[in-house]
Parts: sequence; C-alpha cells; structure tokens
Amino acid sequence: MTVLRPHAEDQYADELAILAKHDDRPRPPGWRLSPWAVTTYLLGDPDHPGGVITPKYIGPRRIVEVAVATLATDRALLLLGVPGTAKTWLSEHLAAAVCGDSTLLVQGTAGTAEEAVRYGWNYARLLAEGPSREALTPSPVMRAMSEGQLARVEELTRMPSDVQDALITVLSEKTLPIPELNEEVQAAKGFNVIATANDRDRGVNELSSALRRRFNTVVLPVPASAEEEVDIVSRRVAQLGRSLELPETPAGLEEIRRVVTVFRELRSGVTADGRTKVKSPSGTLSTAEAISVLTSGLALAAHFGDGVLRPSDVAAGIVGAVVQDPVSDRVVWREYLEAVVREREDWRDFYRACRDAG
Amino acid sequence: MTTTILGVRHHGPGSARAVRSALERLKPDIVLIEGPPEADALVPLAADPGMEPPVALLAYVPGDRAKAAFWPFAVFSPEWQAIRYAVEAGVEVRFCDLPAAHSLAASEEETPEEERAVRVDPIGALAEAAGYDDPERWWEDAVEHRLDHPADHPMGHGGEAGPETVFEAIAEAMAAVREGYTPDPREARREAYMRRSLRQAVKDGFREIAVVCGAWHVPALAAPSRASDDDRLLRGMPKARVETTWVPWTHGRLAAWSGYGAGVTSPGWYHHLFTAPDRPIERWLARAAQVLREEDLPVSSAHVIEAVRLAHGLATLRDRPLAGLNEVSEAVRAVLCEGDELPAELVRRRMVLGERLGRVPDSTPMVPLQRHLREEQRRVRLKPEALGRDHDLDLRKALDLDRSRLLHRLRLIGIPWGEPRDSRGKGTFKESWTLEWRPEFDVALIEAAVWGITVEAAATARVRELAAYPEAPLADLTALVERCLLADLPEALPHVLRAIGDRAALDSDVGHLMAALPALVRAQRYGDVRGTPSTGLAAIVDSLLTRVCAGLPSAVTGLDDEPARQLVSQIDAVHAAVALLDDIPGRADHGSDGFGGPGKDDRGAGPGEESRPEAGQAPRDRWLATLRGVADRSDLPGVIEGRLVRILFDARMADDVQVRMSRAMSLGHPPARAAAWVEGFLSGGGLLLVHDPRLLAAVDGWLAGLSPEAFVDVLPLLRRTFGAFDAPERRAIGERVRSGASAVRDGGGAGAGADHDDERAAPAVRTVLEILGRA
Repeated sequence: MTVLRPHAEDQYADELAILAKHDDRPRPPGWRLSPWAVTTYLLGDPDHPGGVITPKYIGPRRIVEVAVATLATDRALLLLGVPGTAKTWLSEHLAAAVCGDSTLLVQGTAGTAEEAVRYGWNYARLLAEGPSREALTPSPVMRAMSEGQLARVEELTRMPSDVQDALITVLSEKTLPIPELNEEVQAAKGFNVIATANDRDRGVNELSSALRRRFNTVVLPVPASAEEEVDIVSRRVAQLGRSLELPETPAGLEEIRRVVTVFRELRSGVTADGRTKVKSPSGTLSTAEAISVLTSGLALAAHFGDGVLRPSDVAAGIVGAVVQDPVSDRVVWREYLEAVVREREDWRDFYRACRDAG
Repeated sequence: MTTTILGVRHHGPGSARAVRSALERLKPDIVLIEGPPEADALVPLAADPGMEPPVALLAYVPGDRAKAAFWPFAVFSPEWQAIRYAVEAGVEVRFCDLPAAHSLAASEEETPEEERAVRVDPIGALAEAAGYDDPERWWEDAVEHRLDHPADHPMGHGGEAGPETVFEAIAEAMAAVREGYTPDPREARREAYMRRSLRQAVKDGFREIAVVCGAWHVPALAAPSRASDDDRLLRGMPKARVETTWVPWTHGRLAAWSGYGAGVTSPGWYHHLFTAPDRPIERWLARAAQVLREEDLPVSSAHVIEAVRLAHGLATLRDRPLAGLNEVSEAVRAVLCEGDELPAELVRRRMVLGERLGRVPDSTPMVPLQRHLREEQRRVRLKPEALGRDHDLDLRKALDLDRSRLLHRLRLIGIPWGEPRDSRGKGTFKESWTLEWRPEFDVALIEAAVWGITVEAAATARVRELAAYPEAPLADLTALVERCLLADLPEALPHVLRAIGDRAALDSDVGHLMAALPALVRAQRYGDVRGTPSTGLAAIVDSLLTRVCAGLPSAVTGLDDEPARQLVSQIDAVHAAVALLDDIPGRADHGSDGFGGPGKDDRGAGPGEESRPEAGQAPRDRWLATLRGVADRSDLPGVIEGRLVRILFDARMADDVQVRMSRAMSLGHPPARAAAWVEGFLSGGGLLLVHDPRLLAAVDGWLAGLSPEAFVDVLPLLRRTFGAFDAPERRAIGERVRSGASAVRDGGGAGAGADHDDERAAPAVRTVLEILGRA
C-alpha cells in the first residue's frame, strides 16, 4: 500500500540513518540523534560525509538552534507564528529527528476533550472488569510519557482553556496522575512536548500564563526575502508534485516568483520596489498558501493544460487565496490588479488571466 | 632592555583583562599607549576618584568647531586598564600615536575616513581563517571569553600559557595578515611616530617597555626599522595649535563611534563581562529579569533558571566555550519575554547598549564656561544624565525658575540639554522639560567659550551677535526677545529691541511687521510672570502697531486667494495680540480677558471693554479703526472682508451686518467671492453660531429677509459653508434656531433668549470668578 503522505521519519529514513551512523557526539537520554545532528537534519548539509542532507526548514539558523537547545534542556517548546510559517512542519521534523516518531499527535480543535491530553476509558472493559490499567485508553501524551518520546500538540490555542491547562501538571511535574486507579504515569527520560499555536487567527483561546511559563517560545518569522520565499516554495512544490504523482511539469521559476511576489506585496502592503502602497486583504497569504496555489496550478497544467505552468493555471488559485472576504477583499484585489499588475510590462498574460478569473 | 608589544582589540574586555595581567607580570617602567601625545599631562587624572569611565580624550583646535577628535575609553578598554595600572603603580605613561596637532591639521586636506574603508579588516581575515562568519564572535571566543581558564580554550594554548602567549599569537597572526600590505601615507606616518616614540623611550633609559596598541599595528612596531626612514616620513607635516582635555562619554556614543575604527555594538554587555566577578551569564539574565520587572512584566526566578539553561544549551550546540551575547539574547527572547519582541528590545536598549554616562573630576582642564556650568548645575541641583528624564518646573519657586533660566540660556548658546515639552496644564507658571546630556555638549561648551566665561555672559553675547546679524527676519528677532525674557538676559534685551526698531523702520512689508508683533506682545505681557523687567518693549510694540496700522490698508488689495488667507490668519494673530495689549494697564485690578493665553480667537474682547475710560488712545481702538476703514472699501478679497466685518461685529463696531451681508451675497459678486466672504465671516466653526445668539440673530435675520429667488441663488454658497461644519454642530444650530427662533429674531442682542435663575447661578459664577482671579 502506498500512503498519500508518509511520515517525516519514513520519508527521510535514509537521511536519518546516515546522520545516526556518523553521529559520534553525546546524545541526551532518549534521543535518537545528538542535538548537533538534529540541527543538521533540519537545516541540511550538502557536504555531509554520508551523503546529501536536504534542508527541511529554510529560515534563520537561530530559530532551529533555539528550538533544539530548548528540547535538549528538557523544556517544552512552543512554536508561535502566523499561519503558514512552517510551525507544524518544523515540529513534525523535530519529533522525527529527536525520537524517530512524529505520530504522537494531539490536534487541537474547539472540540478537543481532556481525554485527548490525559486518558480515556474502554467502557466495555470498564463495565466488565472495573477500573484497571487494561481498561484505560492512553492519550498520545500519556504514551509519549511512558515511552520517553516527544508528544506534539498542534494548534494549542484552538483547544478550550480547561483542556489546555491539563498540560500544566504534565509539564511541571512530569507525571500524569490517574486518581481512579490511585496510580500515576511518570514520564520516562526523553519525554517532552512541542506545541504549535498561532496568535493571529480568529477563534483562539489565549494561553493561560501558568501554561505559557512552562514553554520556551520561538516565534517563526515569515520569510525574510523574496529569494528565500521563492526557494521554499519551489522546493515544496517540487516535492508535492512528486508525491502526488503529477505528470512531470517544470514549475517555471518565473511563475513561482510571480506568485511569491504577489503574495509578499499584498501581505506587506507595499510593492517590492517600495514605491506603491497597496491595501492588504483580510487573509494571511502565507507561504503555505502560495505553495498550494502553485501545486493546484501544476495539476491544472498537467491535466487540462499543455503541460507547462501558464499564468492562467495559477490565476484562479491566486484569486481564491486573496479574496477570502467576498466584498472587501475583491476591492483590494481589483485595485492591486489595476494599479500594480497592469503596469508591469512582462506581466501582461498574468493580468489578462487574472481578469478572466474574476 | 626589553620591549613588549601588546596588540589589543580596542574596547575588548578580554584584551583589557589580558593587558592588565600582562602588565602586572611584566612590571614595566614605562607604558606607551596608542593615543595623542598632547594628552600625556592628563594621565594622572585617571587616578582621581572623580573620574568614571566611559570618558574620552578630546583634542581640539580652539576656535574651530569642525576640528576635534576623540579617543574614547570605557572601563573595559585595554588602553584604560593600561593607564589605570600605570597610574596606580606609579609608572610613566606616554601616548605614542601621531600628535593630534598633525592629524587635526591634516584632516583639512585629506579625509581619513575613506582610507579606513580601504584598509583590510584584520580581525575579519583571522576569523575567516578560523572558520567563523562573524569576526566579533571569533574574537570573543578566542580572546574575550578566555576569562581565567586559558587551558581549555580552543586556540590551543594549553598548560602554562600566560597572557603573553596570547599576545605572541596575535602578533604572529597579524604578521601573517599584513604580509604584502603597504600602509597608506597616513597610517605609515602614525606607525612611524609610534616607532619614534619607542626609540625615544629606549634613549631615555627605560629598561622594561610595554606598548599597548591596536593589534593591527603590532607587526609594524616589531619589525626592524631605521630611524632616518621614519624621520623622513614625519617631516613637513602641517601643524595646528591643539588643546586636550577629558570629557565624559556615554555607552551609546561608544556604540556609534568608530573613532578607532573599532566601534563596539554592545558596550553594556562588554562592561558586564569585564566587571562581573563570576557567573556572567547568570548575573546578566538575573539583571535582565529585573529590568523587565521594573516595567511590570512578570518574570520569575524559574524563568531565569530556564533562561540560563537555554543559553548554556545553545552555546554547547553552537560549540562555543561560553554563552555569548547572541545566546543570552536568544534566551531572553524565548524564555524571559515569551517570544515577544518588544520587551526583548527593551532589554537590548537598557542593557546591551546601556546608558552609562562617564564623569570627569573637577580638576580636569576646562574652559571657564564649562567650570561655570558645573557650578550652576550644582547650584540648581540638576545632574547631567544620559538617559532622557522629564522635569516639571514650577516657575513660582525660586529654584525652578533658576533651572528654567539656565536651560533657556544653554539653548541660546547651542546646547539643547533640555528640550521643552508641551506641558499638560495651561498655566503660564509651569514648564516641562526633557533633560538629556550628550557628550558632544562638552565640545559645544568649549566652542561657546568664545562668547563668555559664564553661561549668562555667553548667552548675552550670543544674543547680541544674533541681533546684529543683518539679514535676520523681523519675526526671528521678536522671537529672540521672547527667548531673552525666558532666559532672563536683561542686558541683551536693549540690543535686540534696538535691532527690531531699526529693522522695522526699514521693513516695508507689513506682513513681516504683523508676523513680528504677536511674539512681542506675548513677551510684554508674560515677561513679568517671570519677574523680568520688560521696559522698552512697550515703546517698540507701540511703534510696530502704528506701522502695521499704516501699512495694512495698502497691503490688502490685489491679493490672490492663498495670500489673502495668510493675511487673514495674520490679522487674526495681531488682533488676538492687540486684545492682550489693551488689557495691560488695568491688569493688576482687572484680571484678564485673554485668559488662557494668546492664540485664542478674537472674542476675548468682551462686552465690558467698551466702557473703558482711556478708549480714545488705546491701541485696540486704533487697530479697530484701521480695520473699519479697510472694511468699508469695496476692492477687498472676499475672505478678508468677511473676516473684518466679523471682527468689527464682535467688537460691536458694525451694526449694519445684515446690510453688508446682503451686499456681499448679492448677484453682483461672482459666487466664489461670496463663498469666500461667508467663509471669512463664519470662520471659527459652527459652534460659535450655537453659542453666540447675536451672531445667529444677524445671520438668521439676513436669511429670513431674503426674497425666494435670492434665497435660491445663495443656497449653494451657504451649503458650501455649512456643509463644512460637523453634523452635530449643524444639528445644534438647527435646534437653536427652532427653539429660540422668535427670541432670536426679536431680541437680536446678547442673551436675550436666555432664561437664568440668578440666585442658583450665583455659586457657579463665584467659583468661575475665583478661578479667573477676579474674586
């Protein structure tokens, strides 16, 4: 069976193996790799003696270093940032590199219950045998504790506050009491938590300061330069194209650059040359959205187009990404189209395609 | 005889430590230091308890502001440590760099800045060789962070390596970096002079010589050389007369300054590294927590513990021997500030930069003006501080008044130590200042010394100079009068007044005169709040007003829209000023109508003024008579005429407002002029219409008297004016007209429609009178 999206530790198993083989530096208890090797895994190293290590996170080196050092000093890590800044991506790869298992995952939603953080019960057994360890269904966090692994909590701020606070005991005492059995689960060495949260979206529950204190916070920035963002986008688009088994289509660098430019300009509210002010739409226009616009553009080009990524293939995606609010964002987009896109000599096709798309 | 050359990084705490311990082991009998030889005599001052780094050696050419050079020293500067060692051990110190007399004279012909850019960055080359991308960091790892355990440090001087070993290694490395490099002429001369100083020291019979200089120069000093070559290089250099002294310096300037070609970006951190006895990381983060707590950000000891662990963890991950500024900053951001940039920036500003201001002892050579300022500062109890601090002065107190005078005088001589802020209260006895001492003020003081030996004398001389400047606009001169009064410079005042009198007589532009008048009137009126005699002012004001009255009629014609509007605002300003002026004779027993200061609208002249006995000659009447004469002419721009009519109406000198209004609105005028007229007439906003029943009645009367056709004609014009009012204002006007329509139309006089209960109003009236000082 081929899976749609393999876990990081499976997809990059070779690289992890290479790193483990050449890793002769001390490893913290419970870690598969030393902190240095984890950093290399995330940032990539084309000259590694065992073979090329591809970069997983493209961005400031210090971000990765602080994250790894935080985990190595046994502190919980909170990755904070606007949507689409690779928070989840980074947390998955951190977990894969540190403990070889990125699957102990709690997805925070408005409906996440306390059982997802602590434990639940297998009610058939509970009724038949009474409370016992066997009747207990452990949560990912509980499993991570007993096995000394990394637990990941995604979208921490989307959870209701009382569920968030269930993490406090886990993080400060490193134990999870089970009052029903008068027992507790003590965390094995190597246990830690990586949480991600975004502070921009609507519908979030602020973290209590008690919980906040137990995390080291790393804020993930949006890509610093257009070049960096083009790099991120083209890498990911190529990877996604491969894993979705799209017919090979050269994702024209030109088209990628164009999408990234549009996104960056609308996000920052000023054109790349700094001359013209533009309005910003209500959406976040993250790098992740740029990637998905291009991927769907590629699919369009491959299946319905002539196999080459054309402006018309990305136009619909861009309009969809920018115009989140049908009234105000459409005005913003129109203005941008007429004031900026139309003026650009070599953007003619793109302008026409966007106008046709809506 | 031995010579030891200690190559240092300027402002490097590790270098400073190494230099100190090297000197203590070497026990030299003379120390040569990179710096201007003119300052040799100033060295003993370094031992004075009143001396507190950061300080700088200042060399300047007296009388030439552009020619000054600084050699800043912080406590963590190797040069400072060398000086301190020598002074404490009673060893002679000589500065061995090119004399400032030459370098300052030369800087006229050639610009040394550009040469510096050409020069290779020695530390950068070494760092690159060691595989570091950031030279600062390399130096930190290799030298600055050695602290007391050189054995386990990555440069590999194991075992018995003393501090000298480091200097030998640096010398070797620099020799390698400089190989094949030819110094530019300026640098060649500097190094030649250093060699000459070295030879002189040998000739003078010193046996153990230590040289402290930038690492870059070590190979040039160590290499064999011939005295005659150096003499040839040093021959025929221009020379200037130079004086030197110590001046206080700040960490902020240290960060920005590149006088050595080695500005430091984090003086606060270096200072901490040098002064912290042990556990620098723990101490730093604990202090950062304190800084954040002072700003009411909750930071616990648990936070600090975790921050320290993260900093150490990061340093290990980055293979550094000890956590550096980068690591602690990351820890501050990720743990103490919980990812928030704002408090992290606060820590950077307060601690990494730090706002430390040095101090120099009283015995430092100073120009008399500097000395006098010190005495003044002590007298009025204001201490120079580098961090901006706010002061509120109450001018009714003698001490605060003296402070204010001092600050104003300093501003006059170009030392804006205090910047006036907008004070919250409206009272004229309050002043708000932000005080921030900057090191360059010392230079400005030396500069200002040409004007006098006390602050007051210098300010007076400066004002006289400004007043004598032949092209100064009249308005600037009158502003100067105000500043004279604020700074309490009675001796300067007559000069300024005479200058104003002369200038006014020659100035034919009535606009200038009008711009000048308000400041003078303000000065006359508020002068005595501060106890300043303002004699002579009245005469000047009177003559100015006469000229304005004479010139105005010819100034109002033939104006475009824009100049007309300007003139209107000038007329308003003069009118407001004249209202104050009128009030002066009766002030003591009468309080004031223009209470709240100038710049209020012209309605300060209330109904009570008319019955004044001295009405005949009063300036206000002269002014209003002029306005009246002008208003009757038919060739005025609409906006001016409208405004004039309104002023006269408010002063009850125009009973025929409705007639004038009809005339202005009639078909004979183009619509634009009519609109401008209404605009001028109603300027001041719709609220006035609400609160001035007389005005409302006049407008209402005119409007109601219009024939239906005429009404339709003027409707667009009215709409244009009323449309500019806020919606609530318009509504209020409408309500007022509806409710009091009959009363307004019939009465036509002030307060005719109002219905008070005098008895109930009495307490309120009493209180208001008390506030106004009339009770």
